[in-house]
Amino acid sequence: MLTLDRRLFLKGAALIGCSAAAHPLMSSMTFAALPGENRLVVIILRGAMDGLDAIQPYGDPMLRKLRRSLSVGPENGALDLDGFYALHPRLEPLLPLWQKGELACAHAVSTPYRDKRSHFDGQDLLEAGTGNDLPVDRRVGGWLNRLLQAMPDATAETAYSVGVEQMKILTGKAAHLSWAPRAWLKLSPQAQMLLEHVYHDDPLFRDAAQDATQISAETSDLGKMPGPTADAQALAAFAASRLNAASRIAAFSLAGWDSHANQAAVLGRGLDRLAAAILKLREGLGPNWDRTTVLAMTEFGRTVRENGSGGTDHGTGGALLMAGGAIRGGRAFGDWPGLGEGQLYAGRDLMPTRDIRAYAAWAMHGLFGIARDRLEREIFPGLDLGGDPRMLA
Amino acid sequence: MSFGFPELAAIRLGFGLSPLMPPPADVEAVLAGPASAGPGPEAMTTEKASAFATRFRELRLARREERPEPPEGQEAERRLGELPVEGLRLRVIRALDDPIGFGERLVQFWADHFTVRAADKMNNALALAFVDEAIRPHVNGRFEDMFLAADTHPMMLVYLDQISSRGPGSPVARRRPDRHFGLNENLAREALELHSLGVGAGYDQKDVRELAKLLTGLSFSHQAGFAFRPLWAEPGAETVLGRAYGGGRRDGLDAIRDAFRDIARRPETARHLSRKLAVHFVSDDPSEDLVEAMAATWRDTGGDLPQVYRVLASHPDLASGLRQKVRQPFDFCVAGLRALGIRGEGIARLELSAFRRIAWGPLEAMGQPWGRPKGPDGWPEAADAWIAAQTLAARINWSLRIPRLLLDELPDPREMLVSAFGGTQSAELAWAVPKAESAAEGVALILASGDFNRR
Repeated sequence: MLTLDRRLFLKGAALIGCSAAAHPLMSSMTFAALPGENRLVVIILRGAMDGLDAIQPYGDPMLRKLRRSLSVGPENGALDLDGFYALHPRLEPLLPLWQKGELACAHAVSTPYRDKRSHFDGQDLLEAGTGNDLPVDRRVGGWLNRLLQAMPDATAETAYSVGVEQMKILTGKAAHLSWAPRAWLKLSPQAQMLLEHVYHDDPLFRDAAQDATQISAETSDLGKMPGPTADAQALAAFAASRLNAASRIAAFSLAGWDSHANQAAVLGRGLDRLAAAILKLREGLGPNWDRTTVLAMTEFGRTVRENGSGGTDHGTGGALLMAGGAIRGGRAFGDWPGLGEGQLYAGRDLMPTRDIRAYAAWAMHGLFGIARDRLEREIFPGLDLGGDPRMLA
Repeated sequence: MSFGFPELAAIRLGFGLSPLMPPPADVEAVLAGPASAGPGPEAMTTEKASAFATRFRELRLARREERPEPPEGQEAERRLGELPVEGLRLRVIRALDDPIGFGERLVQFWADHFTVRAADKMNNALALAFVDEAIRPHVNGRFEDMFLAADTHPMMLVYLDQISSRGPGSPVARRRPDRHFGLNENLAREALELHSLGVGAGYDQKDVRELAKLLTGLSFSHQAGFAFRPLWAEPGAETVLGRAYGGGRRDGLDAIRDAFRDIARRPETARHLSRKLAVHFVSDDPSEDLVEAMAATWRDTGGDLPQVYRVLASHPDLASGLRQKVRQPFDFCVAGLRALGIRGEGIARLELSAFRRIAWGPLEAMGQPWGRPKGPDGWPEAADAWIAAQTLAARINWSLRIPRLLLDELPDPREMLVSAFGGTQSAELAWAVPKAESAAEGVALILASGDFNRR
């Protein structure tokens, strides 16, 4: 583990030429109390998950009319949740969580992104957490980073970006750590010793290599999982290992939700991975699962009508999945807008009835005590939080 | 062991030393490199890119309207998916086969200076055309020509939203007030802030706005091509940095060309770009002496790039600041392949999937997902932006795995130590390499070392 001596040493090293930003562990040297025991995991589902298929509102008779083969509810194997919504059959591994109150959803949610339906722009806006009025480029960081800035006791270790993919949601002024579980090192002891010797007089390389070796040693088993959900499980297992230590916030992404054609197969694979990641988080977190909230968010929903290739196209309103022992699960939050004539957005998409950021904001309010006005002004500038959905247990 | 200009120039201005090619003998040899950095026979063009995009658009339309998918559209979609990887491969091949390397380093520098990113698969080919049409032809020419070519190229117009900009007083905006046509300042702002004068130079929001108005009328679509549309253009003259441009009936593109030429020749631009070149090639914190020498030549020659490069390649700082820079992941991968004695044809022979494992995936793991930089300011320069636990681990793993994947027989690490460093290696590395337990680990030690990752 990191020792106090090492940190003080690093502080000294920074003064002789390697800048403070060089080392993520350096940016905050405090050993003050950790920011509480609550934990937040954000999973970005890249490619626009079809919320209508993942959580099927089969109680709306229009669903059956607009979709011939997709999202056809319990008659095709989906798992009834409450008489109106049904869980996609590939999410069956998560059904026990729903029954225990550890899984929930909010339907008909979206960011303020409208009409252009680009994955990149949609994800950028979701991760920036801003409205459409602010430019989404380098001038804006991510909302989890702004959350860190609002947590007085946060250190670099408070938040982890997991995976090789850049998580814009965590970029910004506040330091955080990042690691990809598959970046483990396979050096022989001799090669490792020689490399340490070679790096010894170069603080930048020496410190990075020490961290890499240490994290690799702590997480060496994570890279070895077999099967198609191995990557997702490795991300979740690594996130859990950090959250069991000093971290309280973790973000990673699962790609592959763009189901233009052959949605049954594409979405099925995605849901397998999502379910595996959530179950791995639960297993890895152990008792800490009870203080954990997982938010699985996607950039936008997909069209209500099925297309000619057994898929769906880019849409607007979608679904947010929540999991964790900390949530008041076993229920669907939000207002259902209906799928009938005149109820769709632009005549083709699920009408958003609530900003997805409001759920994230209320979660942060409950988990970390961030004041409402701060959430509305700084973390999600311009957002109206609206009423408390009471999503935490 | 001693070393001199050839080793320094190969390491700092090129992609490092190769056992197959001698390093550049003198400054003249270095400066011959950029002359051959022009577009090659495989160059992508806007025309070809639009053909891909149009076929792909037809596929999307067919899907939306639930019609049978046209096979040529499916083929275009497949090719558009592969093209970014192919584009990277062509860049690696040219970098490996460039005897000096300085020309390809400059292509990378300028392509990054004028960052574009294809946000939609539809524009993947156009992003390649950008480098072949706007960057390569001007790498060894005048900055003002590259500046104009880059900022009026269709890919830049798309990337920085210029295609949605309309003059508030333009005929089309006045005729259709319901459409709320308006000015988009993105391109104008980046043209001044990033591409020429530099942030902090003496311009203000009014200059940005005026330049944005001057740029209205530039248009591009894959169906209609590039055009200047007077009906979108703000009427009247615009004053940028104290000079008036345009206002005539038919001078849209000419007025833009005049403005770009004047901005390119301003002393702030000379200083900003000279400093940026010095930061990229010499030091994260270059000496005032070097920056001013380059900027003076820039001002005297009106931004004649080969003459500015000559100052850079001849300056004593080239020797004094060795290994202050960290090689960016692309440079690291090319330098590694080069040091292993791999030629372009060896990379060209690989299956695309194998090439993904060798370069595309590793670049992402090292923090440089190819063609997908965060913002219009491109990749960072500072050493500490590139070396962190995760990204260094990716470099170490590459050093261990890739040589064995590509070569049946690894080089003898003791010989490679000589050929890859030419006497510039540290005593620590020279001590460690012969002690490795296997050739693979000896080679990995060389490639993963600070000596090799810095230049």
